[in-house]
Amino acid sequence: MTAAEEQARRELIAKAKPVDVPRPVLITGDKDFHWVTEKICGIVEGKTPLWWWVLFLIAAVCASFTLFGLTWLVSTGVGVWGLASPVNWGWAIVNFVFWIGIGHAGTLISAILCLLRQKWRTSINRAAEAMTIFAVVCAGIFPLFHVGRVWFAWWLFPLPNSNWIWPQFRSPLEWDVFAVSTYGTVSVLFWYMGLIPDLGTMRDRALKRGKWLANKAYGIFAMGWRNSNRHWRNYEMAYLLLAGLSTPLVLSVHTIVSFDFAASNLPGWHTTIFPPYFVAGAIFSGFGMVLTLMLPLRAVFGLHNLITQYHIDCMTKIILATGSMVGYAYAMEFFIAWYGANPYEGFAFINRAFGQYAWAYYIMIGCNVISPQLFWFKKIRENAWLVWIICGFVNIGMWFERFVITVTSLANDFLPSSWGYYSPTIIDIFTFFGTFGIFTVLFLLFVRFLPMMPMGELKAVMPQADGHGHGSGTQGQGVPEKGGHH
Amino acid sequence: MADEKKKALYCLLATFSKTPEFFEATGKVRDAGFKKWDTFTPFPVHGLDAQMGVGRSKVPLFTFCGGVFGFCLGMLITWYMNGLDYPLIVGGKPFWSPVYPFPVMYELTILNAAFGTLLGMFVMNMLPRHNHPLFEYKDFLRSSDDTFFIVIETADPKFKREETEAFLKEIGAEEIHAVEA
Repeated sequence: MTAAEEQARRELIAKAKPVDVPRPVLITGDKDFHWVTEKICGIVEGKTPLWWWVLFLIAAVCASFTLFGLTWLVSTGVGVWGLASPVNWGWAIVNFVFWIGIGHAGTLISAILCLLRQKWRTSINRAAEAMTIFAVVCAGIFPLFHVGRVWFAWWLFPLPNSNWIWPQFRSPLEWDVFAVSTYGTVSVLFWYMGLIPDLGTMRDRALKRGKWLANKAYGIFAMGWRNSNRHWRNYEMAYLLLAGLSTPLVLSVHTIVSFDFAASNLPGWHTTIFPPYFVAGAIFSGFGMVLTLMLPLRAVFGLHNLITQYHIDCMTKIILATGSMVGYAYAMEFFIAWYGANPYEGFAFINRAFGQYAWAYYIMIGCNVISPQLFWFKKIRENAWLVWIICGFVNIGMWFERFVITVTSLANDFLPSSWGYYSPTIIDIFTFFGTFGIFTVLFLLFVRFLPMMPMGELKAVMPQADGHGHGSGTQGQGVPEKGGHH
Repeated sequence: MADEKKKALYCLLATFSKTPEFFEATGKVRDAGFKKWDTFTPFPVHGLDAQMGVGRSKVPLFTFCGGVFGFCLGMLITWYMNGLDYPLIVGGKPFWSPVYPFPVMYELTILNAAFGTLLGMFVMNMLPRHNHPLFEYKDFLRSSDDTFFIVIETADPKFKREETEAFLKEIGAEEIHAVEA
């Protein structure tokens, strides 16, 4: 830049009078680095609270329902699931899509918000990623067992089977195998890599406290992490790359799940809006679940300085946005059913709203379209109880969405002579409610044994983390990008 | 100062508690021309790589190789299994085309690229390594809590005990420890 150009630039800046826009403080209460370490590690190192044992016991009993349901299924046959002509896909696929959807917020927070440099993600990403993994575990149960003879499930993998018959890659169900297993695996890798520095901290602290076993256990998984900048350099690059890889992945997983429906020719299913609509719905329900989990944890562990009102605001606004997208998709399905002038398609949608499953349809509309609209109001966003209740509605509504899509199309297809009404059996209900127990058990173990928030990342968004001393006052601002101005 | 056991001196370790001071000091160590040195921070400090004069990470190379391998693997298995070894026409689709099984290649690309990334991070960091002289330092824990370290190893060609210690003091070290291992 020549001197004249520099002069012109200065004049322009003087004329524009740029204002220092204050950014919301991400960690309130004027805390220091040591406080963060003590707070996060303290949750793991402290005595196990009584409520934890109570919840764990209840969750474990609930989880045994799934075990019971699956044992019954394997010993009797897949017929115990209430799947019969014409509804050959019922709760199994509904629950699968529901749980996979729950997982999406975790990946969204860790990947897409990372790429978009949303620094508020740091307080919630670890727990959200854990939620993702546990949700995928719950989701995997259903397709695995719906094949009936579960000991042959490995036929889905590209392995030579006894008759030398290979999997058939033209089927969306086979794509699902790849999509979901890749999603689960990459989520675990991402989560684990993010944990390594914190596991190193836990290892060192365990040594200091004389806990030999904890030191060894954390030490093995910390892989000898040393907080060296030469480590951080590769770690940060790997983190960024994994975020970049997970971003198309999170969009593709639910897209491919939606192909299970959209690649068919059944009225109500073959709509091209399914991929984006499923992805938006998944993020919607995922954020609902993140808040459902994080609000109680915030209250119990006193994490109000780390999960601030600003965090809740951000998440509720995402729920509002994705909820509106879902509402738009519902409307657009109706519009296209009419505009496409296909009588079967038209009937499928009229039947959804006014047929025998109308009750489910209106639960879905009420929970997914109407209830998130309350988040327009600041007063409601600021009331933790109301936020928590609305998030509960979101979770319920999204389950009903999958139910409506799956069941209404199958129960009333082309020929009225083959119509039917589907009801789940008690085994269906047991198996599904048990998965909430499995999810809770895993989540409680996570909260008890692993640092719930990434300490390194939290410290990096504090004002005193800035190497140039720019950070004081307005947090998250003035932190130079990598390799900047040197 | 460290206790007087007769172990070999591994490094001098300087501590800092404020990021800006540490950041400035890092630049001075770089300018002084040390080779075998490192910094330890509780979180990734932005801009520190340039300040230390270390280049760009090589991890993307591993990611790329993993991705290419995954894509080719997806192509190969779908072609071999559905096109060559067990050809079967389903839904009027061809025996094999790169289009219909695309999700398989797509997912395998991402899967292998992710494994490549993680592997790359471990390889470039020379991990796992569960023993290291620095673990012998009794307050090593502070590097993951709230303290920044600058470590200059004795193996550095410019290392001279007294001079290096004076230098670290001069650039603003709050404490200086000799780590033996």
